[in-house]
Amino acid sequence: MEPISFAAVGAGLAVIGAGLGIGRIGGSAMDAIARQPEAYSKIQLAMIIAAALIEGAALFAIVIALIK
Amino acid sequence: MKKRILTGLFFVLFAIICSLSAYSQERHDTTSVSGQGETKKKFDASAFILDHVADSHEWHILTKQNGETVAIYLPVILYSKEKGLDLFSSRKLAHGHIYKGYKLEEEGDLKGKIVTINEEGIINEEHLPLDFSMTKAVIGMLFAAIVGLWLFLSLAHSYKKTGISHPKGIQSFLEPVVLFIRDDIAIPNLGEHKYEKYMPYLLSAFFFILINNLFGLIPFPPPFGANVTGNIAVTFTLAFFTFVIIQFSGNKAYWKHIFAAPGVPIWLLPVMIPVELIGIISKPFALMIRLFANITAGHIIVLSLICLIFIFDSLAIAPVSVFFVIFMDCLELLVAFLQAYIFTLLSALFIGMAVPEHH
Repeated sequence: MEPISFAAVGAGLAVIGAGLGIGRIGGSAMDAIARQPEAYSKIQLAMIIAAALIEGAALFAIVIALIK
Repeated sequence: MKKRILTGLFFVLFAIICSLSAYSQERHDTTSVSGQGETKKKFDASAFILDHVADSHEWHILTKQNGETVAIYLPVILYSKEKGLDLFSSRKLAHGHIYKGYKLEEEGDLKGKIVTINEEGIINEEHLPLDFSMTKAVIGMLFAAIVGLWLFLSLAHSYKKTGISHPKGIQSFLEPVVLFIRDDIAIPNLGEHKYEKYMPYLLSAFFFILINNLFGLIPFPPPFGANVTGNIAVTFTLAFFTFVIIQFSGNKAYWKHIFAAPGVPIWLLPVMIPVELIGIISKPFALMIRLFANITAGHIIVLSLICLIFIFDSLAIAPVSVFFVIFMDCLELLVAFLQAYIFTLLSALFIGMAVPEHH
């Protein structure tokens, strides 16, 4: 059995964080759209931007995992 | 007239690439043939992927069954204090050959870099020659720059010819994007009076990143498929431009915010000042890492999915793999646009924070 590669475990943890964060944003965006369907495009834009920023943070961790 | 010069430039670049054309290489080292015999080397997926994502001095097209490689060998331009300027094709350095005292390291710490090696075979590890070569990423960047220039000069030319009228042709494609950048990125962040100064930079950054992202996704033919924005030196330069613009357009209120933010008690200042200084560096740093990691991660995912076919060594995986690759490529398309937009938006935001309008 190969020894555990901590870099891969770290990358997996980072993805858990990103998944939780973006999931929450998606959920709030859905609630907001349900309350006010006219604001759909503005909410969608804000959701995409927030998702990209969170993904940026998760990718920091992946870059460090790749270096190791 | 300008369009003709550009078309000419494009063809000159293309002709240069073709004339360093694809050389088929004979197997030079006959000693290693006897060692390997007929054993198929196990497919090393991570080395394959990392080699494709990284920059390289040659444009590798394919490796034939008998080990010959077909590649376009790009020019190598080196400058070192002892030897001066050297310009030659990277074919002379392929497969670990030594040419004129230079060697392309293939393993170890200095992998991928060109080092000087003197007659005894001692490598000078402290002083590497300055490498100005036209590598894969440079050619990809130049190609994208020429395409971008051609697009926008045609746009300007058609405006000059027909005036401000209803858009047709390339205008109808580019004008909404430019207006989007002006109305949704520049004006909200930079204010209505100051945005015009920064529009050229924001437009250039957006389209440069977008065009390079998109060209990186197209695998074939050669000037496409170069991983430009996934190269940390390129994203570092882009973030550095943003950093310079922020510092040079910071007015007195900006520097006051950094060194003596209003409302902060004096005893807290020794903590706040280093924090603010780190903030100045960390914001462009995040810009750099975000773009680099997103694009490189996308390329690595696509390459891994294709490598699945070779790892499992069976053709049955191919439909599944290709389906996933198509799906990931659509996601990558979204990421290409999104990352260009986010970079431009955050640059505008940071510049806007440096030129704050007073309430």
